[in-house]
Amino acid sequence: MATLELRNVNKSYGSGLPDTLKNIELSIDSGEFLILVGPSGCGKSTLMNCIAGLEQISGGAILVDDADISGMSPKDRDIAMVFQSYALYPTMNVRDNIAFGLKMRKMPAAAIDEEVARVAKLLQIEHLLTRKPGQLSGGQQQRVAMGRALARRPKIYLFDEPLSNLDAKLRVEMRTEIKLMHQRLKTTTVYVTHDQIEAMTLGDKVAVMKDGLIQQFGTPQQIYNDPANLFVASFIGSPPMNFIPLRLQRKDGRLLALLDSGQARCELPLGFNVAGLEDREVILGMRPEQIALAPAQANGLPSIRAEVQITEPTGPDLLVFVTLNQTKVCCRLAPDVPTQVGDTLNLQFDPARVLLFDAATGERLGVAAPAPASKDNVAQFKGR
Amino acid sequence: MTRSLAPRSLSFSRLAIYSTLILACALYLIPLIVMLLTSFKSPEDIRTGNLLSWPEVITGIGWIKAWDTVGGYFWNSVKITVPAVVISTLLGALNGYVLSMWRFRGSQLFFGLLLFGCFLPFQTVLLPASFTLGKLGLASTTSGLVLVHIVYGLAFTTLFFRNYYCSVPEALVRAARLDGAGFFTIFGRILLPMSVPIIMVCLIWQFTQIWNDFLFGVVFASGDAQPITVALNNLVNTSTGVKEYNVDMAAAMIAGLPTLLVYVLAGKYFLRGLTAGAVKG
Repeated sequence: MATLELRNVNKSYGSGLPDTLKNIELSIDSGEFLILVGPSGCGKSTLMNCIAGLEQISGGAILVDDADISGMSPKDRDIAMVFQSYALYPTMNVRDNIAFGLKMRKMPAAAIDEEVARVAKLLQIEHLLTRKPGQLSGGQQQRVAMGRALARRPKIYLFDEPLSNLDAKLRVEMRTEIKLMHQRLKTTTVYVTHDQIEAMTLGDKVAVMKDGLIQQFGTPQQIYNDPANLFVASFIGSPPMNFIPLRLQRKDGRLLALLDSGQARCELPLGFNVAGLEDREVILGMRPEQIALAPAQANGLPSIRAEVQITEPTGPDLLVFVTLNQTKVCCRLAPDVPTQVGDTLNLQFDPARVLLFDAATGERLGVAAPAPASKDNVAQFKGR
Repeated sequence: MTRSLAPRSLSFSRLAIYSTLILACALYLIPLIVMLLTSFKSPEDIRTGNLLSWPEVITGIGWIKAWDTVGGYFWNSVKITVPAVVISTLLGALNGYVLSMWRFRGSQLFFGLLLFGCFLPFQTVLLPASFTLGKLGLASTTSGLVLVHIVYGLAFTTLFFRNYYCSVPEALVRAARLDGAGFFTIFGRILLPMSVPIIMVCLIWQFTQIWNDFLFGVVFASGDAQPITVALNNLVNTSTGVKEYNVDMAAAMIAGLPTLLVYVLAGKYFLRGLTAGAVKG
């Protein structure tokens, strides 16, 4: 149980090379679960290695419980890590693998036995204790790797993409188990992943990284509903957010986004009003679930008729692709919507949740204030 | 009991394959057979019979005489080979560990330069080595010869271990560091136990090289400290008296047996270990 704070952390592998980490500022409370997420090469694993002490930072400070640990060697930091490849010692059996860190810390033998037994029970690997890692399945190896980290009762756990070597089914199982484990033990955890579903489901806080910079740091809901820029908006969410390039207009004092499906046009009034945005190239961001089928009688929300080009039934949803402003747009509809390729659907949007980004910089434009939505509107979008 | 389900037919091609193999095998074995047969013959027997004839009386007199002559030098060779093999293997393992897991600025260049040692012919290092040994006060001593063998063997053992450890995931070392293990603990507790195949390769390789070495032995050891290869040469090349072929052959067998034994005992590791580190590295 410890707080973790990163102050202006920098990492560079030599002058002339671009910095791997740039001015990282983060802080999490004791017991919180922090996710570092981003595409490969964004610096998330480097950041984790820096926290662990496996790599030295070039500038800034890493604080655990308000004490600077950035000069300490890994073994003095009281941090345990679960590796992507599990990194189990191949010549030792499971018991010795779990006990190794305790032996290194000169714990008495009786206490080690007790600790191994506790961890083995917790992870249900008691029957595997005498086996070598080579005789275990991927999921079992994963448990042992977690056991090794748990046994030391460290201040902070680090997970480096621990689920990426498992098959899809096991991954979902282990994800739930990691969450359960964290809820029981309440140990401060940093978890690196490139999987945005893991980021959304596991984290108390999420830091989205790209090119060594933190793009956004917040709760999963903030990241999802209120992304700081185009990158965060596109990285989080599956199917991804739709991005429609367009030019804004001002009419009767309101900002309007013009949508064109080829067979119809629609003026979408935006839920916020910022001066200076009209006549600028912007990108409109809309999540697939924010596009719905318009009800039979008009409810006052803007709608547009568009031709269905592709349908992808996923089971719980039906993904329908239409073209708006020459861009492919994905709509997430209920699976029982009777539609086929070539049909025309009447789609409507929730103007309050639409996001705007600068076409050139990708920065978020204007902050969407919750617009006074009609009752029908709220009910309709809640029901989805 | 399990029985093969394949039909046990002896086709012509099978026959051709087997006869070729047997022929090749015989070609390799005949010198050994000649040596063994001759070593058990009496001098008269050698003069009257031909090379491949069975001894009329099997006698160990050649072996006894040979042991009397080269036995002392046999132990010299043991005293030279064992420390040189063990130390060069250990140092090679340590070098390989550093060059694969604790890379430093310029370690690739360092490794490249070290590799040159594999290509240097023995003859080129004779003078510098004897100069160095003289400066160290180790000229004409067994320790001096051991030192030369260790230094010369390091290039090979480092190469073996470095390539082997390159295929070991670095995460293992990282995990051990987080577990609180230090440089030598990680080496001794994690990596060395994984290294049995490559240790075997190194042992066999170094043992064969050092035990069979003649040049370093003849240059850097003198008198009673000479290894068995030099003693064998002195025995066989004497120009006085009657040639005692049975003694020569027995002495040659005595000189060759230890390497043969090492191959028999550890040979299965040799192929396995040589290919293990070869793919990645």
